[in-house]
Amino acid sequence: MSSASGAATAAGTKPKLAIYWAASCGGCEISILGIDTKILDVAAAFELVMCPCIMDGKVRDIEQLEDGAIAVCLFNGSIRNSEQEYMAQLLRRKSKVLVAFGSCAHEGCIPGLANLHDKQAIFENSYQETESTENPQRVRPQTATTVPEGTLHLPVFYDTVRTLDQTVDVDYYLPGCPPESPKIWEAIQAIVAGNLPPKGTVIGSDTTVCDDCKRIRNVKKVKQFKRTWEIIPDPEICLLEQGLLCCGIATRAGCGALCPQVNSPCIGCYGPNNDVHDFGARLMSAVASVIDADNPKDINAIISQGIPDPVGTFYRFGLAGSLLRRSKRPAGSDGGH
Amino acid sequence: MAEKVGVYVCHCGSNIAGKVNVEEVAKWAGENLQDVAVSRDYKFMCSSLGQKMIEDDIRGEGLTRVVVAACSPHLHEKTFRRACTNAGLNPYLLDMTNIREHCSWVHRDMDSATLKAKSLVSAAVSRVKFQEPLEPTYVDVNPATLVIGGGIAGLQATLELADAGYHVYLVERSPSIGGHMAQFDKTFPTLDCSACILTPKMSEAGQHENVTLLTYSEIESVKGSVGNFEVKVRKKARRVDYDACTGCGICIEKCPRKVVDTEFEAGLGFRKAIYTPFPQAVPRVPVIDADSCIWFQRQKCRACEKLCPTDAIKFDQEDETLTLNVGNIILATGWKPFECRDIPQYGYGRLANVYTSLEFERLCNAAGPTNGKIVLRDGKTEPQSVAIIHCVGSRDVRHNEYCSGICCMASLKFGHLVLEKTKANVYSFYIDMRTNQKGYEEFYQRLLEEGMHFVRGKVSEITDAARMPNEQGKLIIQCEDTLMGRQRRIPVDMVVLMGALEPQSDAKEMGLKCGISCSMQGFFTERHPKLDPVATMTDGIFVAGACQGPKDIPASVAQGAAAAARVQGMITKGKVMVEPVVAKINEEACSGCRICNNICPYNAIEYDAERGVSHIITALCKGCGTCVSACPASVISGAHFSDQQIDAEIEGVLWDVIRPKSAVVSAN
Repeated sequence: MSSASGAATAAGTKPKLAIYWAASCGGCEISILGIDTKILDVAAAFELVMCPCIMDGKVRDIEQLEDGAIAVCLFNGSIRNSEQEYMAQLLRRKSKVLVAFGSCAHEGCIPGLANLHDKQAIFENSYQETESTENPQRVRPQTATTVPEGTLHLPVFYDTVRTLDQTVDVDYYLPGCPPESPKIWEAIQAIVAGNLPPKGTVIGSDTTVCDDCKRIRNVKKVKQFKRTWEIIPDPEICLLEQGLLCCGIATRAGCGALCPQVNSPCIGCYGPNNDVHDFGARLMSAVASVIDADNPKDINAIISQGIPDPVGTFYRFGLAGSLLRRSKRPAGSDGGH
Repeated sequence: MAEKVGVYVCHCGSNIAGKVNVEEVAKWAGENLQDVAVSRDYKFMCSSLGQKMIEDDIRGEGLTRVVVAACSPHLHEKTFRRACTNAGLNPYLLDMTNIREHCSWVHRDMDSATLKAKSLVSAAVSRVKFQEPLEPTYVDVNPATLVIGGGIAGLQATLELADAGYHVYLVERSPSIGGHMAQFDKTFPTLDCSACILTPKMSEAGQHENVTLLTYSEIESVKGSVGNFEVKVRKKARRVDYDACTGCGICIEKCPRKVVDTEFEAGLGFRKAIYTPFPQAVPRVPVIDADSCIWFQRQKCRACEKLCPTDAIKFDQEDETLTLNVGNIILATGWKPFECRDIPQYGYGRLANVYTSLEFERLCNAAGPTNGKIVLRDGKTEPQSVAIIHCVGSRDVRHNEYCSGICCMASLKFGHLVLEKTKANVYSFYIDMRTNQKGYEEFYQRLLEEGMHFVRGKVSEITDAARMPNEQGKLIIQCEDTLMGRQRRIPVDMVVLMGALEPQSDAKEMGLKCGISCSMQGFFTERHPKLDPVATMTDGIFVAGACQGPKDIPASVAQGAAAAARVQGMITKGKVMVEPVVAKINEEACSGCRICNNICPYNAIEYDAERGVSHIITALCKGCGTCVSACPASVISGAHFSDQQIDAEIEGVLWDVIRPKSAVVSAN
């Protein structure tokens, strides 16, 4: 408390911090609050100029700031509509350091799986096909709607979800869905101390989840992949060896191997390790290497029976940021938007 | 500091220049590609003048990187690396790009081929700038050699090496060395007795001070690489004490259990449950076949044990695994006969007097089941007519497309033996008569004179369903005589099917163990079909004899000797260069997930349990990159094939997409 109140006297001279969300779930903010009372240290060190999740704020206030006036912006969420794109560009301009915070901003995350479809299909599903929807007039969101009081505007919904760095220049990345609170605190400390790595660095570990996992690892040979509900895994042995497709082998360490610790395979939310171009391709290549069969027929059977949803398995968090980025679009669709 | 790249585009006479505008590629590279200091084309880059051009530029222009656009690196990478070394440039700062096989030889359109050549040169120039100087290491060659297979090819190789003073481990999976040749009676075209020329070699190998004979043994695994292989050999339980046995044969004589010998006698004769495959077997130590031994089946008998004068019978003997350390390996695993039942219209297995060629060899053999008398299945009737069918399973798209090579001559030999031993008429049903080695055509002429009948045509059916009175009780050969231009039915008493020579059924498995590949047909692939016929793509592994393709005895012997000569060369040199193109694990970043542990084809990755990281044994690594692409954390890097180099290569090849303007200008 003392540090917080002490710093309050210096209000106005404190560096400005912005926390923004685009296409995201709010989990990143909850994880930020998860640093607990240390949030007061953050308040002591920074002047929080924007965080729509926890405080009121106006875009025009940000617009009125000088360029580069914000010291650090933690930007979570991917970019899926024109408003988010505008905010990403605005905050890029106003911030000295822009951090792609969390998996959505870093690699597209769950919203990025929408790239398996396009705008039309998503609208059709959301506004027509779901069980709870009744829409006989086939009403769809319009970017401009005239009402007696004037014209209402909605952002343009894009065909393709993009990561933050596919939209604007990004300085650092903090991986995770969400980033674990201790890692957030480490990152904040580094920022406060001005102890920053080279631009473009993913702030985190250089190893993978296996490094933190206490399970016994043997030479791997997998004859059958199993879904989590199919077996009660042995708590001592590597989950992949037991046929559960644990993504920990390819996933950057940082979470402390939370999921494998409780018998649940890693799903890869911390994204790829350094120098990996495409998480899904890497993981697939590794998994393919341990399939224990020597003819195409058996290999096909092992894959098709054990991995019914390859995109959801290998690209759950990384589709938008991957080399492929999205499913093939029919000719004449609206490009990147 | 920017690199200075030299680009050298080869015409290869008209091999490349015929379809690629070589001058334009060289000019374009010099004008458009970044950091290219010199770009030249030349008629034959690999000639000494071409090499000198590169060397002079390295010295004169201070080149720091060299790109040669020519043929495959398989052919001339060594040549150009040497040129770099001569001029003081690290040879790994060279990149060769193949604009012959990849451009001129596969494209008809000159403009497209030229454009593709530009892309490949652009890729090489981008890549070469990221290449790093590497230094090869050298390892000592273990002078001991492993020969796998004790047939005539393996025996020849063994004796050549042993006589030269080097130690040889000869591993053979059956109880005796000798191979198929031991089953034969006479050998073509000279008709010398097979046993008479083979058994001296067998006993020499058995007694040679430099030979360790491991019969009744199989290869379990091969680790390591040229110079230093570690081979695990499983010595199957003979159940006879190898050292105590004198080979007196009392056990065999007294064994009450007699079984059909499907191996050596090809099913025509019998052997005991304790046996040596044939009397002149080397070693003379018998083996007990547990599947037929009364003791193993019913816990009774033990006659052999009671009567053995030296107490050599050991019923409780178990398999034993030996570890051999050798510098080179010669594979001489031979062939297996075609399964003649797979052509049901020829009746083998259904019609009693249809024989396979191996059966017939045993029938002719003086030491065989009939003491060399040619008789029908009943064991006494001499045939009055014999048909010999060529190309059974060979030259046949349904079975094997290849020609088995030896069958024509073997057929002539059989014809001669039948004519010599019986009064029978002999018919040969052939497609083409192939007698193109020394003395072979003369042998064919001899058989023509001896009165063998030759019918040119492929047999469609062999049947016992008679249509004519003269066909009653006979086997009728239905065939089109293409010389007479009509269908014929020829009744005979006996038929010999000249089955194809096929690769051993476990050849692929053996190839995998040794890290070499097989052809589509399943024969081991040599390094070069003409210029390097006994080496393989894996250094230190050589092939000899019919495991590389169907071969007769002279050719097998020649290959055995050739392989031995190659191995001697390696031993005399004493050291082998280990390519520095190897993988490396960043052990700081390795999480020890162990994905890579099981996939290395050279067993070069070991797991350090204490530190929880995997580790590459550089001496064993061949730089194949399997682990590099499998590592889920991307902490294994391949020297000379780094991600950075490959990315640059891809960017280079896409030059016209990445910089569309320059592409349009220069492509026109």
